[in-house]
Amino acid sequence: MKKKITVSSVGLTIGMILIAACALFPVYFLLVASLQPTQYMFSRGLSLVLGDTATLANYLTLFDYRDGLYFTWYSNSILITVLQTVFSLFFSSMVGYALGVYRFRGRGLVFTLMLLVMMIPVEIIMLPLYKLSIAMKTINTIAGVILPFILSPICIFFFQQFVSGIGDSFMEAGRIDGCTEFGIYFRIMVPLMKPAFGAMTILIAMQSWNGFLWPLIVLRTNTNLTLPIGLASLISADAQKMEVLLPGAVLSILPIVIVFLFNQSKFIDGLTSGGVKA
Amino acid sequence: MTDKRKSEKKSIKSLLLYNKNFAPYMFVAPFILSFLIFFLYPFIEIVWMSFMKMEGFKNAKFVGFDNYSRLFNYHFGNALLTNTIFTVCTVVISMTIPTLLAVAVNSKLLKFRNGFRASIFIPSLVSALIAGIAFRLMFSDMDSGLFNQILHLFGGESIAWNMGYWSGTLMMVTLTVWKSIGINMVYCLSALQTISKDVYESADIDGASGFHKFWKITLPLLKPTLIYIFTLTIIAGYRMFTESYVYWVDTTPGDIGLTIVRYLYQMSFQRNDMGFGAAIGIVLLGIIMIINLIQLRGFGMFSKEKS
Repeated sequence: MKKKITVSSVGLTIGMILIAACALFPVYFLLVASLQPTQYMFSRGLSLVLGDTATLANYLTLFDYRDGLYFTWYSNSILITVLQTVFSLFFSSMVGYALGVYRFRGRGLVFTLMLLVMMIPVEIIMLPLYKLSIAMKTINTIAGVILPFILSPICIFFFQQFVSGIGDSFMEAGRIDGCTEFGIYFRIMVPLMKPAFGAMTILIAMQSWNGFLWPLIVLRTNTNLTLPIGLASLISADAQKMEVLLPGAVLSILPIVIVFLFNQSKFIDGLTSGGVKA
Repeated sequence: MTDKRKSEKKSIKSLLLYNKNFAPYMFVAPFILSFLIFFLYPFIEIVWMSFMKMEGFKNAKFVGFDNYSRLFNYHFGNALLTNTIFTVCTVVISMTIPTLLAVAVNSKLLKFRNGFRASIFIPSLVSALIAGIAFRLMFSDMDSGLFNQILHLFGGESIAWNMGYWSGTLMMVTLTVWKSIGINMVYCLSALQTISKDVYESADIDGASGFHKFWKITLPLLKPTLIYIFTLTIIAGYRMFTESYVYWVDTTPGDIGLTIVRYLYQMSFQRNDMGFGAAIGIVLLGIIMIINLIQLRGFGMFSKEKS
């Protein structure tokens, strides 16, 4: 009996090693490809192990590409991600909090509207949003990317669920101490909502960092692009562009993977809490 | 006089800051504002636009249902078909494999469980566009491409993957499945971890086999999670855009990789036919609402959160 268990245990482990290898392979492939002279890739095919042809030349090409255009994209992406996360958490948490702790007239209506926004994909109202952005002169700006999505219904829903579990006693205590309603929120509730903020930071930041269709429509000039849009503009079979594209792709996912490896459980909680499109 | 004004000022201040009947409206005001400007108004406008013939956003002319009747064309039919095939494939694969993997990484027989969970989850962190850059290379039409090399191993010949309908669809399905397995596995895993061990122990006493336990205990208890993944995957399937864009950046030759949102994008932003684009959007809305209704009617709202 005991022997049988070890056999199936070894079998399972080997099977899982193969599956994990498949899962990690494309990332590894990208990394290896970025470390080889691109002309080899076309002539000899890509070797899957780093041989003596390994070189950082592509990375140096990337850094020099159009006076460091890549770093401009990178900083645009960081700026958009940070601003979107901060604003989205600030506003969404307040709305979710209000829906969770107060009983007020119209609460049901607000809740229904939130579910409606949650259900209807952005792609549908993309054209009028684009027209609106032109009218508001936010085309080709960071504000244009962020503003229409400054409130995240998933985030509101999550905060609402989270605060429903926190008792009224905290709020009553705050009122007796003479706190304003906003004081209660900022001084008492926000610290209690810390785990929810952690999970939502990861969810919103990931969505923002990986965002594609809307930034593709709004952003116009080369120096205003985010990483995914900038890299998309380099996609072609051309070897010279490939020299920039491959290291650029690697460096764009590296920070996420590193942060993930140090905060695995938080990441998993955050990304699964909202039913994000994987 | 000044006293009166002072007290008035104070009462306004207390109304704004201390009144617990008024405070919730202050908190939800940003949502209402953003809902009206960035949701309701665009929503009304898209319906209006779908009945107009426009050049860009100018020269709107009422054309009735003309844009809708134009939808009965070869390209849109292809887009609908591609989306449907793509969705069916991703639903089947992205539900079965993650369920099995979740059981595997939850099993005590497996060593290094956390390592496996992390490795399988990593693809879900990568954006479809960046992952697509790697998949493009692997699906290269040259003899040196990875999947062509694999074909050679089995005595096949090289394929121009992105030039065939089925191979093109396969490319998109592979990319999506690769990205979604990790997160779906984690959904299943968190549901599995809530199942008490006693259930399995009593099944052991009854002499149930491993397969029997999976079929009779695990799957029924996973049902709410699986329904949740099911809906998410279908909606994501019909919204798909990036997976198509990354493989066929400029055009979709012979409609390979043409999806609903891709068609909407082409017609509105590349051809400037905004009225027609709006009609495509309305059809997409119809599809999404049918899926949502089935989810609400059949399974109750947000079954995952409730469970």
